[in-house]
Amino acid sequence: MSAPLLEIDGLTVTFPTARGPVDVVKGISFTLGRERLGIVGESGSGKSMTGRAILRLIRKPGKVAARRMTFDGIDLLSRSERQMRDLRGARISMVMQDPKFSLNPVMTVGEQIAEALVTHKKLPRRELKERVLAMLEAVRINEPSRVADLYPHEVSGGMGQRIMIAMMLIPEPDLLIADEPTSALDVSVQAQVLDIIDDLVTGKGMGLILISHDLNLVSRYCDRILVMNSGEIVEQCKASDLHKAKHPYTRGLIAAMPRMDEDRDELPVLDRSTWTTGAGT
Amino acid sequence: MTNTAIHLENLSISYGDTAVVHDVTFDVAEGESFALVGESGSGKSTILKAISGLAPDWTGTISVEGKARGHAPDRAFAETCQMVFQDPYGSLHPRKTVDTCLAEPLAIHGIGGRDSRVKDMLAAVGLDQRFRFRFPHQLSGGQRQRVAIARALMLEPRVLLLDEPTSALDVSVQAEILNLLKKLRREQGLTYLMVTHNLPVVSFLCDRLAVMRYGRVVEIAGVDALKSGRLSEPYSRELYAASGGTLQSA
Repeated sequence: MSAPLLEIDGLTVTFPTARGPVDVVKGISFTLGRERLGIVGESGSGKSMTGRAILRLIRKPGKVAARRMTFDGIDLLSRSERQMRDLRGARISMVMQDPKFSLNPVMTVGEQIAEALVTHKKLPRRELKERVLAMLEAVRINEPSRVADLYPHEVSGGMGQRIMIAMMLIPEPDLLIADEPTSALDVSVQAQVLDIIDDLVTGKGMGLILISHDLNLVSRYCDRILVMNSGEIVEQCKASDLHKAKHPYTRGLIAAMPRMDEDRDELPVLDRSTWTTGAGT
Repeated sequence: MTNTAIHLENLSISYGDTAVVHDVTFDVAEGESFALVGESGSGKSTILKAISGLAPDWTGTISVEGKARGHAPDRAFAETCQMVFQDPYGSLHPRKTVDTCLAEPLAIHGIGGRDSRVKDMLAAVGLDQRFRFRFPHQLSGGQRQRVAIARALMLEPRVLLLDEPTSALDVSVQAEILNLLKKLRREQGLTYLMVTHNLPVVSFLCDRLAVMRYGRVVEIAGVDALKSGRLSEPYSRELYAASGGTLQSA
């Protein structure tokens, strides 16, 4: 295998608080090839912050520090804001959680998708339109030419999320970071949206980071899984080996999920004391 | 057969000119836990709203614990039937302490002994007494949902309407709330009518389920059919497969 697409070593994200600085991500390291990596954890585990830090999207007063953070040989830490902007969207792009808040309400869907492309590449108008319609079709939207003229409030949640995916994939990036891409969607639509991401990602040989709180979902769509808890990676494993997870936190999470053929009378609850005391050893 | 806790007959509900629920008929027995599942817009939450009086534009029959429900707000109704909402961040008043919030239903209904009732209820939902004088923003999501459940139980209702009670919570917190709901039902013999899109949760907490689509009930099945993957309608099976279940022939 070739050199990894993304190399992260000792990534720390810090926010100042009234009680002094708090590390929300505590020196984590991982590498990513052209594969599908899942980051799982509960609220406040630092998984979204990790995703944002890769794109240097953490606003002041938050601080990002790392020993090494490279993407395809490019050092992400030393890049200026302007240089980062060339990278965002074109090489690395990000799908956010809720299409309702992430799409521009006063621009039509078509214009927004075109904008994502034009920012990085000048194209004649006719070709631009063709690319947009082709992309909408790729995310399985019926009647793309009609949908391109709609405003975000006129489309459903699932469609909005597919539009966002279209927008993020049209510049053909090498890495897609999907932060809870389906948690605002219905179960039946969730599977569709993830299948689309999966098809496009594997079809184009991109890297994918799927950030989610849903262990089942991540294990279905990813090759490798990182489990995060309070800013640290507590477990790394292959998705297929998830049931063999060793860390008490991962095991607790798996056990706490109700199953389809549930026959337990009570769900085991995480006993947080078992590993917080052991941290640092 | 045991008594019927909730009886719905030919219930149709509309918002203005738009009909959202069509001719829904089902019964929930006393002490039973019944789930409504389906995707957004299928009308499942609307049914709960109509029962609790938040969607007054309906036709048909709704009766709870043998009493028919009228279209007007009904104070006595609140004593038999209460609702818990999805979002614990939105359903608690941000400027009222847990104590005020729990004592309010008692004040409205002129019930005495508020101090001890609030204390007992906090204990029943597994919250420490030190949370009593806190504001919602000082609590975590799971703690807030416990407060919301406590508030619903203050008037000692027989029936609880649960609208996606755990979907805004983390997996480990969801487990705690589900255990709590199961415990309360066992201890107080409550009847649950729960809306959810999470089929494994149904499998854990419910006895029967109704699958809804486009405002109609597609299928009513026992939880055994769900556990073994033997739902019969094509749409129910589709939903089941999307939730990661392995289908068996019906």
